[in-house]
Amino acid sequence: MDRLEKPIEYLVRLCGWSSIISVAAIFIFIFREAAPVISKINFIEFFTSTEWHPSKHGEPGEYGALALIVGNFAVAGVAMVMAFPLGLGAAVFISEFASPKVRETLKIGIELLAAVPSIVWGFIGLTVISPLLVDHAGAEIGTNLLNGSIILALMSVPLIVSISEDALRAVPDSYREAGLALGANKWEMVARVLFPAAKNGLLAACMLGVGRAVGETMAVLLATGNTNQIPHSLIDPIKTLTATIASEMNDAARGEEHFQVLFLLGILLLVITCTINLIADLVIKGMKGKANA
Amino acid sequence: MHSQAQNPFGPTPYERKKERASLIAKVVTFVMSMALVIPMLLIIGLIFVKGWSVISVDYLWENPRGGGIAGGIWGPLIGTFFLTLTCLVIVAPVGVLAGIYLNEYAPDNRATRAIMIAVTSLAGVPSIVHALFGLGAFVVAMHMGKSLLAAACTLAVMTLPVIITSTREALAAVPRNFREACWNLGASKWQTIRTIVLPNSISGILTGVILVVSRAAGETAPIMLTGAAAYLPLPENMPDKLMPYYLGDQFLALAMHLNVIARDVPNMPTEMKFGSALVLLCLILLINSLAIIIRVQLRRRKRW
Repeated sequence: MDRLEKPIEYLVRLCGWSSIISVAAIFIFIFREAAPVISKINFIEFFTSTEWHPSKHGEPGEYGALALIVGNFAVAGVAMVMAFPLGLGAAVFISEFASPKVRETLKIGIELLAAVPSIVWGFIGLTVISPLLVDHAGAEIGTNLLNGSIILALMSVPLIVSISEDALRAVPDSYREAGLALGANKWEMVARVLFPAAKNGLLAACMLGVGRAVGETMAVLLATGNTNQIPHSLIDPIKTLTATIASEMNDAARGEEHFQVLFLLGILLLVITCTINLIADLVIKGMKGKANA
Repeated sequence: MHSQAQNPFGPTPYERKKERASLIAKVVTFVMSMALVIPMLLIIGLIFVKGWSVISVDYLWENPRGGGIAGGIWGPLIGTFFLTLTCLVIVAPVGVLAGIYLNEYAPDNRATRAIMIAVTSLAGVPSIVHALFGLGAFVVAMHMGKSLLAAACTLAVMTLPVIITSTREALAAVPRNFREACWNLGASKWQTIRTIVLPNSISGILTGVILVVSRAAGETAPIMLTGAAAYLPLPENMPDKLMPYYLGDQFLALAMHLNVIARDVPNMPTEMKFGSALVLLCLILLINSLAIIIRVQLRRRKRW
């Protein structure tokens, strides 16, 4: 056994580094594929134009990603407007008002809701929500910004609920007792004591929800209509960065400009989501630091 | 009103107003919770109702025909099984050992904090970026081509944080004095982990493994660019039907199959779309229920 002790420790240490190796490899390999186009592309056009016409048969293409970026943030933003109040309300109910039995049941329900694959959500958007929007919201095309937002809201709510609930539970009971002892009732205690004390965690929940919604692919691909335009109303069809990569990658061959630009979109997406997640992580860390102090 | 006016200890109108506000808050937050749960139940119910009519032994056992428009879902089903199995073989040992490292070996220093940040970041990388990574690294740079192996590797990187986090939590739940008792008997660090820590945390680790299975079986985007085919003619003769794909082959998977028949196949019968969605949904919900049952059992049996 003693002879194995050292080799095993090295193996465990190597596996321990696997996550760092993976993150580094993701950056390296995506940059490697996008590299040839980074020096060639006009970045002003990339960020300000809405003309997206990939090159075909060697003709020069136009790559303006503005509508895709706007579409991506629009669908995630509208989804958060719906998901965050609902998620926060549900978290307050689960953490403060529900009896232990109801709490366990709801938490299991929400955990199962979180497990539903994104392709199933997309399918629901395409076959269930889309006809509803055509019939009742006056949309010409049922797959649009609103459809995508509803689906994304349903998808990101479980994450928001579980992180918000963690944040509320992390507030020490002595805060609650102090609030109640001063004559506050339960709602006043929640609104005036818990919300201020847990505001960092609640903010982080919202940001992680945004991160999830921005990066979501299949549901958005099926539910938003795939039309490259800046939306002017909730029922306009849109296209997102994620859906563009997913739908165009199989048409682009390696070595073509189109293929490399799609990897460039991947870098953009990676930078956006990493920034959102890191800020959320710092916010959560700040929260923990304060709780210990 | 009259009787309360005579009771000096009864609630004042102000207090009653406050009580009402609290009750309203409880009702409103309850309604909000229900607004999350009820649509889910309705949607699952709808998928059941619309998809139930096609579910039969033949539907599960026949291969898809004619680009997916006819036949059943055997090929995608077995493809998802092999994909998940391959992914698990790759990610489970690495992920569990990484969890062991973080909880048992890692010193509290900058490097360890960097690993933790990497785990969080990896969990936040969008699935389509994982797909690009798989395409650039496994399909192109490592010459695997679009194949079952490349797709499984991509999924393995994607599910790594899931298994690291759950293993670490399972190990952290084993009390420190268990380890100390074992060290005092003269056991080495690895002996302690192997004989005391792992047996006491195996259910928690198993939960993580099950969550990886659920995640890998349900993902579409990463496998779409790295090896899942829209449609393949599959062998019908007996031994090959049970194992139609080798590691280097393109394959069918249930999630990809649903994506294809939901959008790309013209004149696809609606009930067959709902049938595929129903099978995928039931599969994922069953796998996750298993994880929940194990966790509840574990909590009930816990003695410390």
